[in-house]
Amino acid sequence: MSIPTAVSTSADTASIRPDLRALATLVQPDSIVLDLGCGEGILLEYLSAVKNVRGRGIELHEEGVRACIRRGLSVRQGNLHEGLGDYPDQSVDYVVLSQTLHYLNNPSRVIAEMMRVGRQIIVSIPNWGYWKSRLNLLLKGHVPEGPASPDKWTSERRWQAMTIADFRRFCREQGIKIMADIYLGPKGVSPSKAAANLLATTAIFALQSSIPHRQDSDT
Amino acid sequence: MSAYALVEQVHTQHLVFAEGKPFQMSSGATLSPVTLAYQTYGALNPERSNAVLICHALSGSQQAAGTSATDPEELGWWYDCIGPGKAFDTEKYFVICSNVIGSCFGSSGPTSINPQTGRPYGLSFPVVTIADMVDAQVRLIDHLGIARLLCVGGGSMGGMQVLQWASKYPERLHSAIPIATTARHSPLQIAFNAVGREAILRDPHWRNGDYYGHNHPDAGLAVARMIGHITYLSDTSMHSKFGRRLQDRERFGYEFLKTDFQVESYLQHNGNKFPARFDANSYLYVTKAMDYFDLSHETGRLADAFRHAEEVRFLIVSFTSDWLYPSYQSKELVRALSTLGINATYVNVKSVWGHDAFLLETSTMTELIANFLNRLSRELAIAPPLAYRALAA
Repeated sequence: MSIPTAVSTSADTASIRPDLRALATLVQPDSIVLDLGCGEGILLEYLSAVKNVRGRGIELHEEGVRACIRRGLSVRQGNLHEGLGDYPDQSVDYVVLSQTLHYLNNPSRVIAEMMRVGRQIIVSIPNWGYWKSRLNLLLKGHVPEGPASPDKWTSERRWQAMTIADFRRFCREQGIKIMADIYLGPKGVSPSKAAANLLATTAIFALQSSIPHRQDSDT
Repeated sequence: MSAYALVEQVHTQHLVFAEGKPFQMSSGATLSPVTLAYQTYGALNPERSNAVLICHALSGSQQAAGTSATDPEELGWWYDCIGPGKAFDTEKYFVICSNVIGSCFGSSGPTSINPQTGRPYGLSFPVVTIADMVDAQVRLIDHLGIARLLCVGGGSMGGMQVLQWASKYPERLHSAIPIATTARHSPLQIAFNAVGREAILRDPHWRNGDYYGHNHPDAGLAVARMIGHITYLSDTSMHSKFGRRLQDRERFGYEFLKTDFQVESYLQHNGNKFPARFDANSYLYVTKAMDYFDLSHETGRLADAFRHAEEVRFLIVSFTSDWLYPSYQSKELVRALSTLGINATYVNVKSVWGHDAFLLETSTMTELIANFLNRLSRELAIAPPLAYRALAA
């Protein structure tokens, strides 16, 4: 009987998606990372390979969970709301939400929960402020599909367009400190912070609550 | 060929302990001596670190793998998942399975001879709990010279033993694979067991359990087994297995002495053949042990049961159509472990086979278990047994 396994090779690490590679630069080696909506575990596998992290994942779909197990990852099947609630306060170093925020029903609640569970959180979002997306609506009158990963408005998963400016304002209002930010444009371009909302297709933020956490947060 | 010989023909060994100091049981009673019937497959590595304990369910036995030496037709109950190249790969792991106490395949139970009277214990055998079953297994693992098991795995009542191991002896295992199981028996589960026991107790041949040497309460035990079989299936699997099809007839019989439907015939067949291999008193003892099982009993909080199990890795599996051990029970367990920050992998496998899925979804179970154990073995640098090192090199 042959048992399906996923064997990662150096080629996998080399061909990792640019936004995941960029995200990984925000993670300290040897830390504990919880990836929400971890899919097939590509990010977690990459982080264990290059940063030696101890990865945990939460994934809704059985196919994703099984792919993660084939990669030797620790993953739990469930939705983010029921999944996150069980983790103790400040129990992991990073909670990651990669290219998923725009699919969530209650994004501010999920981010608050991420802040509770993680010492730091990393959120990456597609930016509908990207100039082509703007022109698409202005000139053609079509709601722009995702700037980096297109989803039609009729697609099965509902999504909500958002921009870098929206997200920065949200952080300000919620008292969330942006510790680090990375902006990616098409073809490996990295726009400046000032021009990011117009030129970036993807933004990655490392965030920390400016409200001091319970005393165990420094341990 | 030689690799297969390791598992193809299996034989049972017996460990006798507590001949001096009696074995203390949860009920307060004691037992002396205690016999455990067990089988092993594969070989221990020199570090004695590649041992896996498999725990069986209600009607299972120590023969989890291979074919019986006495009856080549008789396959181990988890034949599909234990053996060379299988989920629990006997070329890598030393696999142990023992018959639980209270059962009737050679371990101490109501059919054993009470040394005080020279007659079978019957109901004078002390009531057994899942904790007692596991305490006895610990003696076996001690006897085999294994300090820490690589894994304890099992489904249904086997899964309860797995959880009991992780709760009470967390330092004795690296990982736990509880499948289609629960940390506390639900009223629904207790109810089905209770009706099964009633069927036995109301059989006139039961005679308060003192039926050895007379007619056995086979009718009661058969009915108990039929009820069990209903709960192991699902609405969907019954539709596809039997539908409303008739058995050996074209039209309704309009009578009661012969069966009409295929599903009736299936239940009768399984019920009627059961008493030849299982003892009615053991059915009472083992189902009672399941009903008493509740790891949250002490404090009311399930997480407290696992407070010392931080180092144990869990692979928890449930099945979408299992209505006897529904997924919510596994999720409850995952939640409790997550609140402690314990590393728990959880999959709710889509299946139509109901509770039986854990024995039937072979390719899925193989993929999950093999990859989980591979990863763990890599991390802990578990070496294969000597006989296979040359092969692996």
